[in-house]
Amino acid sequence: MLNARTLLIRGMLVGVVAGIAAFVFAYFFGEGPISDAIAFEEAHAAPLPAGEHEHELVSRGVQSTIGLLTASVVYGIALGGLFAITVAIAAGRIGQLSARATAGLVALAGFVGVALVPFLKYPANPPATGNPDTLGQRTGLYFLMLVIGVAAVIGVVVVARSLQPRLGTWNAAIAATVGAAVVVGIAIALLPSINEVPEGFSPILLWRFRLASLGTQAVTWATLGLLFGYLTERSQRPASAATAQPVAA
Amino acid sequence: MATISALPAPGTAPAPIPFRQILPWAVFGVVLAVVLLYFVGAEQGITSVIAGETVHEFVHDGRHLLGFPCH
Repeated sequence: MLNARTLLIRGMLVGVVAGIAAFVFAYFFGEGPISDAIAFEEAHAAPLPAGEHEHELVSRGVQSTIGLLTASVVYGIALGGLFAITVAIAAGRIGQLSARATAGLVALAGFVGVALVPFLKYPANPPATGNPDTLGQRTGLYFLMLVIGVAAVIGVVVVARSLQPRLGTWNAAIAATVGAAVVVGIAIALLPSINEVPEGFSPILLWRFRLASLGTQAVTWATLGLLFGYLTERSQRPASAATAQPVAA
Repeated sequence: MATISALPAPGTAPAPIPFRQILPWAVFGVVLAVVLLYFVGAEQGITSVIAGETVHEFVHDGRHLLGFPCH
């Protein structure tokens, strides 16, 4: 029998590992583009008014190591907790999926809803490519897209479950997914686009940064889904093996 | 049906956890996650709990790479 408390704690601990994995990926693939973008920013920055000088609150060396690690791990813990709660709700309620398969499916849904859908409309931006004056609007739109993404993947599961008795598992899942894709497509078409990438900013650099950002998210969710699923299945095994033996013998 | 309860085949669905058992842990987990995500993703952006920009600057690279809007 699964237990919500155990799952939540496991989710947050797996989140620490996911955060460390995300840090390793982000450090090797993301820090290069960030450094290049900061170099562009400094080369094109308006000269500071007389009497003022730029002072670094946190050095680049700290930002790219301890800072990035802290951000990744805290993010991993938070996502791991939310992920575990979702698994606790979904386990035993999505067809005949095992706990391990449920964890994998929830992680895939989490990646699509939390990372991929917002990314399609408002992709991650490297330093030097945002206008501070529009931060409020960009933050609002980003979180709106996040809510749409999460609602879409939840919608897929709810609708697929209700269609399943009539259409069968495959057709119900396809119909629900197509429906959600249409809704997300309409949202992407209707919401305002934001492009503040300055003239002269390397498109290759932008692409490398965004790919690294999506990769960091993919590593986070893949670690959550696969490691959590493995640990949950392993935790169920000893109990079931013990009760199974008398029957098997 | 004794064999079914005593010998769960690998890959079978677990028994659903009752919602009443999940609820308190869900509330706790969601509140904790929102606070953590706020400090990584949004603190010292459009709103600030702590004055200054030290938190923002410390998690700067992560905030960019995790896709949050950042200055």
